[in-house]
Amino acid sequence: MSLGPHADFIVAAYAVTIFVIAALIAWVVLDYSTQRRILGGLEERGVTRRSQRKG
Amino acid sequence: MPVIDLANPTRFLNIVNRVLPWLIAATLILFVIGFYRVMNAPDDYQQGATVKIMFLHVPAAWLGMFGWGLMSVAALGTLVWRHPLADVAGKSAAPIGAAFTLICLITGSLWGRPTWGTYWVWDARLTSMLVLFLLYLGVLALYWTAEEPGRGARAAAVLSLVGAVNLPIIKFSVDWWNTLHQPASVFRMGGSSIDPALLTPLLIMAVAFTLLFLTLHLAVMRNEILRRRVRSMRLQQAQKLAEASA
Repeated sequence: MSLGPHADFIVAAYAVTIFVIAALIAWVVLDYSTQRRILGGLEERGVTRRSQRKG
Repeated sequence: MPVIDLANPTRFLNIVNRVLPWLIAATLILFVIGFYRVMNAPDDYQQGATVKIMFLHVPAAWLGMFGWGLMSVAALGTLVWRHPLADVAGKSAAPIGAAFTLICLITGSLWGRPTWGTYWVWDARLTSMLVLFLLYLGVLALYWTAEEPGRGARAAAVLSLVGAVNLPIIKFSVDWWNTLHQPASVFRMGGSSIDPALLTPLLIMAVAFTLLFLTLHLAVMRNEILRRRVRSMRLQQAQKLAEASA
């Protein structure tokens, strides 16, 4: 596959796209583990949500 | 199961947990097929190999607009029915839509330099797309800086509805004004003007990116629901401590 005389622009476009999407995925994964960890800590200390207490 | 059941955050989380692995798998498979087709796609007779940038740029542009459309529908849910899940959906779409709009702007510039001879011109399509990105930043600022989440949600919902005016401007800018940006070539009266050898990989990449958007959106919504639970539990804990010390 030849990218021709403008290969730099094509490679840069794909690199930027991969970088932005990778950053987005990393943020989502890290945020999920952070929220799960905090929730786990609160539940360990016996803090429950109102809806849990009713159930 | 009635559709209304999805509006229950706990039930929604259960469904998301079941659906996400399948969505991730489908997204990955489509990207593998899409990249294979992109690598083997022929050069365009005018653009040469830079047409490969279009396989990123076009889906990113669609999803940048799709994200705002989603936020506008969610805004109605927030303002009219005051449903918290609608606000969660709107807030979660904002960073993803902003990311795709940013990709659209950058890849467009990188395509424009070798094709038009410039990274940027202030034509109607490019400018309205930049306005969309700035609107996304505005909504994110409203969500992330509001001390009281409900107030931030209402302000962001109003901005989402007002900003929706920009969507038809983006779409029809190439028809209403004389722009350097080419007119619609995929969805237009009389069918697509793109050769199937380029159109097929473009559509596969568009579906792959759309699945990625939906996957990320569900994942961000799940995070937001958990964040709200954390906030609510912390408030209850603080209330209990205050009552105990009183």
